[in-house]
Amino acid sequence: MATTAASLEGTPVRSGSTGWWQRTSASLGERLIELGLAGCSVLSIFVTIAIVVVLLYEGVEFFREVPLRDFFGDTLWTPLFPDSRHFGIWPLVCGTLLTSGVAMAVALPFGLLAAIYLSEYAAPKTRRMLKPALELLAGVPTIVYGYFALTIVTPILKLFVPDLAGFNALSPGIVMGIMIIPMISSLSEDAIYAVPDSLREAAFGLGASKLPTIFRVIVPSAWSGIAAAMTLAVSRAIGETMIVAIAAGQQATLSIDPREPTETMTAYIVNISKGDTPTGTLEYKTIFAVGIMLFIMTLAMNLVSYRLSRKLRKQARA
Amino acid sequence: MSNTSRTLLLFLAVTALAAPACSKRKQEGRTIKVDGSSTVFPITQAVAEEFQKTDPSTKITVALSGTGGGFKKFCRGEIEISDASRPIKPAEVEECKKAGIDYIELPIAYDGLAVMVNPKNTFVDKLTVAELKKMWEPEAAQKIATWSQIREGWPENKLRLFGPGVDSGTYDYFTAAIVGKEHSSRGDFTSSEDDNVLVQGIAMDENALGFFGYAYYIENKEKLKLIPIDDEKPDNGAGPIAPSPETVANGTYQPLSRPIFIYVSSKVAAEPAVAKFVDYYLTHVKKLSADVGYIPLPDRAYELATKRFADKKLGSVFAGGSKVGVTVEQLLASEAEGK
Repeated sequence: MATTAASLEGTPVRSGSTGWWQRTSASLGERLIELGLAGCSVLSIFVTIAIVVVLLYEGVEFFREVPLRDFFGDTLWTPLFPDSRHFGIWPLVCGTLLTSGVAMAVALPFGLLAAIYLSEYAAPKTRRMLKPALELLAGVPTIVYGYFALTIVTPILKLFVPDLAGFNALSPGIVMGIMIIPMISSLSEDAIYAVPDSLREAAFGLGASKLPTIFRVIVPSAWSGIAAAMTLAVSRAIGETMIVAIAAGQQATLSIDPREPTETMTAYIVNISKGDTPTGTLEYKTIFAVGIMLFIMTLAMNLVSYRLSRKLRKQARA
Repeated sequence: MSNTSRTLLLFLAVTALAAPACSKRKQEGRTIKVDGSSTVFPITQAVAEEFQKTDPSTKITVALSGTGGGFKKFCRGEIEISDASRPIKPAEVEECKKAGIDYIELPIAYDGLAVMVNPKNTFVDKLTVAELKKMWEPEAAQKIATWSQIREGWPENKLRLFGPGVDSGTYDYFTAAIVGKEHSSRGDFTSSEDDNVLVQGIAMDENALGFFGYAYYIENKEKLKLIPIDDEKPDNGAGPIAPSPETVANGTYQPLSRPIFIYVSSKVAAEPAVAKFVDYYLTHVKKLSADVGYIPLPDRAYELATKRFADKKLGSVFAGGSKVGVTVEQLLASEAEGK
């Protein structure tokens, strides 16, 4: 290749300084690389579009047979039982929000406090050790978390919550929360760390001690970053599948009691696609309708988070 | 060497080392694919393991996706043998016919459907068929939610139900026997194709009740409490009767006893490897099925089944789906007739 040859000789390729043949082949090479890079980045857009198209295509089929009125108006979700078939999405949405809610109730305080400790209190050495250790939590395969919830967390919780069902929303919710702690702590820590030192010094200068400085000055100024971390964490919780599929039971109920079994949208999709529901049937098409709903929810969360982090960047620049 | 390239090199080395483990070993001989009922799975698995010892050249894979799931694959020609915990349904017969696939139906054992609660449950000592119906019928959805609604004097505790997935023959048979209509029940219970999930669910929950094949109960005896069932028909054993090899074989554990089957695709039945495996199956299933907790058929039934396979007799003697309360004698009679 001309570029390599040129750089080996130590003469950088510059237009005008070399022969025409070398110039064109160099820019052709450049252009090929550029095209390749562009292709890589467009690929993700292409995949997203393809997913949306497939979801809509199959979803339209579903909604041709089940009116939107039933989908949003019914409170029962039992598409597999031919004698009492109902297509109300709310029990699944409810299950998803319930487990995600429990997860956030765990992840938010722990993640945020961990972030504050790491950026404001921890000695550099401790920080170097703790941060990767915390991030290790995010690397545990979710199937391991699922069985951890079912076989360890649930029996332990039963000691404190007597009326807890074997499959319930509480235990997978808590474990899911543990899983997303690093997501919140890492991103929030970045935001807290990015708060300019001048603010800290100003607060100290006004006579504030460390704690008020953190909670009155630093956390509020890092808030949009923290909120972005939160929304990303929420969409991670909404999309989490394996933990809830294993430990939450497979029973879609419109109930906000975390002690009872529940079924999330993702768990439902998994159960249908791993069973042998034949393709093309109405039962099979339900997973695309659920998929659309899920897609809309996570997309909304991601958009919110994108807005927030953009706001953060503007603030940081200002 | 930079850090990145060292990492990359390490990664490549690990991948290269792991690669041979993933590559398929060269296979001579035939692969026989079996799929279907999770109830029949342990038997087929046991037979396949033993068979493989005598004939390593034939590879046998056994999967479980429910009787319904198995027949769907069977009628698409994806598998050679379908495990079934109920006879083939008319709709499935149609499906197979469309694909030009015929089948040889072979009964292999008897199974009782066990109804169980959590061992900590002290108030349930027996259940009648009528009480089970009250719990499981479609009308019970959202309404029958506590134990006190089933029998007077039972506590106000939540009733939490566990059952096999709707694709399973066990679900079909249970609903036919208890609700009175095959494939019809309430929808608000925890259903799973994986019987171990159900074991876990009942074992962890004091208010649970569930059902699945007797063999899975035997495997998990200490975690579950078996409930005797009263069909309120004194002529086949008075009072509540618990499933056991004796009560299933002598027809007193009714209506929750049933024959289980394998279906062999007519397309491959003539192949020597398949024929050898099926013959092995029928000669050894008596001992092996008892080993894994099922109730073997009388010798005469296996003789008839072997003959049926040798004659390549197609079709089902149970045309029209699950028949509730088929006893061993009746099965024998219909086998003899169908031969």
